[in-house]
Amino acid sequence: MLSAEAVTKRYRPSGRHVVALDRVSLELAGDARLGLVGRSGSGKSTLGQVLATLLEPDHGSVTIDGDRVPGWGVRAPRELRHRVQLVWQSPRMAVDPRMRLAAAIVEPLVASGLLAKGGSAGAPIAASWAERVGLTDDLLERHPHEVSEGQLQRVCLARALIVQPRYLICDELTSMLDVSTQAALLEVIAGVQQERDLGVLLITHDRVLAGCWCHDTIELGAPGAEAPVGVPS
Amino acid sequence: MSASLEVDALSVGFRTRRGVVQALTEATVRLERGELLLVVGESGSGKTVLAHALLRLIPENATVSGEIRLDGENLLAFSERRLRSVRGRRLALIPQTPASALSPVRRLGAQLEEAAQARGLERAEAREQLTARLAELDLDFEELSDRYVHQLSGGMQQRVVNALALVGEPEIVIADEPTSGLDADLVDATAAQLLAIPARGSALLVITHDLRLAERLGGRLALLYASRIVEEGPTAAFFAGPSHPYGRELLRALPEREGKPIAGLSPELSDLPGHCAFVPRCPDRFAPCTEAIPALYPVPGSRRSRCFEHAER
Repeated sequence: MLSAEAVTKRYRPSGRHVVALDRVSLELAGDARLGLVGRSGSGKSTLGQVLATLLEPDHGSVTIDGDRVPGWGVRAPRELRHRVQLVWQSPRMAVDPRMRLAAAIVEPLVASGLLAKGGSAGAPIAASWAERVGLTDDLLERHPHEVSEGQLQRVCLARALIVQPRYLICDELTSMLDVSTQAALLEVIAGVQQERDLGVLLITHDRVLAGCWCHDTIELGAPGAEAPVGVPS
Repeated sequence: MSASLEVDALSVGFRTRRGVVQALTEATVRLERGELLLVVGESGSGKTVLAHALLRLIPENATVSGEIRLDGENLLAFSERRLRSVRGRRLALIPQTPASALSPVRRLGAQLEEAAQARGLERAEAREQLTARLAELDLDFEELSDRYVHQLSGGMQQRVVNALALVGEPEIVIADEPTSGLDADLVDATAAQLLAIPARGSALLVITHDLRLAERLGGRLALLYASRIVEEGPTAAFFAGPSHPYGRELLRALPEREGKPIAGLSPELSDLPGHCAFVPRCPDRFAPCTEAIPALYPVPGSRRSRCFEHAER
């Protein structure tokens, strides 16, 4: 179980206080598909980043399979960070533009010391993940600007799955993509779920998509609303 | 009456290090005043290039062939100076990201007035039209005048650029991905605002990859795949049953239908085949598909389909 308990997060742009999350709790089971919907500004992305241990909340806690997250961002233990992976909305912002796709796919393994940098061992691993997410071999030698948004998002999904996470958070994974690429990416995730436990949190503004693909959907209220606490139905 | 906009065999290619990227191939569309045409396709299918070509906003390294006729006159032959009398005045663009289409450092009143005056309106008339168009979208020009774009919500920014596009009563309005990134209720509001444009007598061309928006807007629909229009016809008929296999597969991929992805990837625009580009992914392919590029064959119900299954045999 990945759980957030009474998480509060405020931002302070130009001296004002903006409450992004106000005592929000959420539980994501190890084999669930949970949709997280809400208007822009309701705190969906903030909650996703807190759950992925990337952003420190002002109050509240996150627990991953019984282990409470002790620090955030680079201060979160690497082993805990690997358990929860986040796929960002914009793949162009998430991938180093100087890196070829083959290197980008295995980068998380290199960064965590599981794979030697620049070694030959990475190539077959990258190729097998590329095949899994529906990329052809000839694309692997290209740089991000030489492929489409949809192809790059496939790379980002491979990067997230390559460290064998227990939980996957998709923040508007497909909002810029055509429906076929959307269906293809969701099929990859569903395929992993058939093989092993993987809890998926699908953050989206597309209620129809959440309703069709997820087992449950929760809605985040607008900041300052009466009952902003999201609880799975 | 002649069509107000006629695009005839329009092709756009870009010279790059990887060779020529064929962004749009022999696109032919017609749009009369008061009509709505949706241009639908995945990213990289050529739809934004079509919109930009209509405004002649195409980079220098592009090769353009074919004709774009506005009331019979070929826009591609216009001088840059003459084009300025067309852009905004007769052909207006609703940009994809309102926030980046407006200046962040100028107050809205001054920049909207300037944009309106650039279309040849006197200052008083510019203000009058801006006030009227904004009021139709529940915005007050006086109230907006002192504000900056970052002080508006996403929905308000969208309404501002929608209103600005209609100032000067352009004959044709082009909306490029008008709902990307908007919440569901703003999509509803934007759809209603868009539908008001053809109702006022202008022609409206909407570029989108959002199939649900397309279904709601109606009108006619042209579906692009790998730089070519593969089917064209009434939007309602498309959603009831596409006439091209790509259309059928695309609708099956909708999560509320089957959520089934189309096998494989789209072809590279720098390496398009000499036959139907959808063949490798097509479940209905047969012998002629790998031999030639199909024409746009007529289909009953004033539709056209670029598939040999509609060829006369």
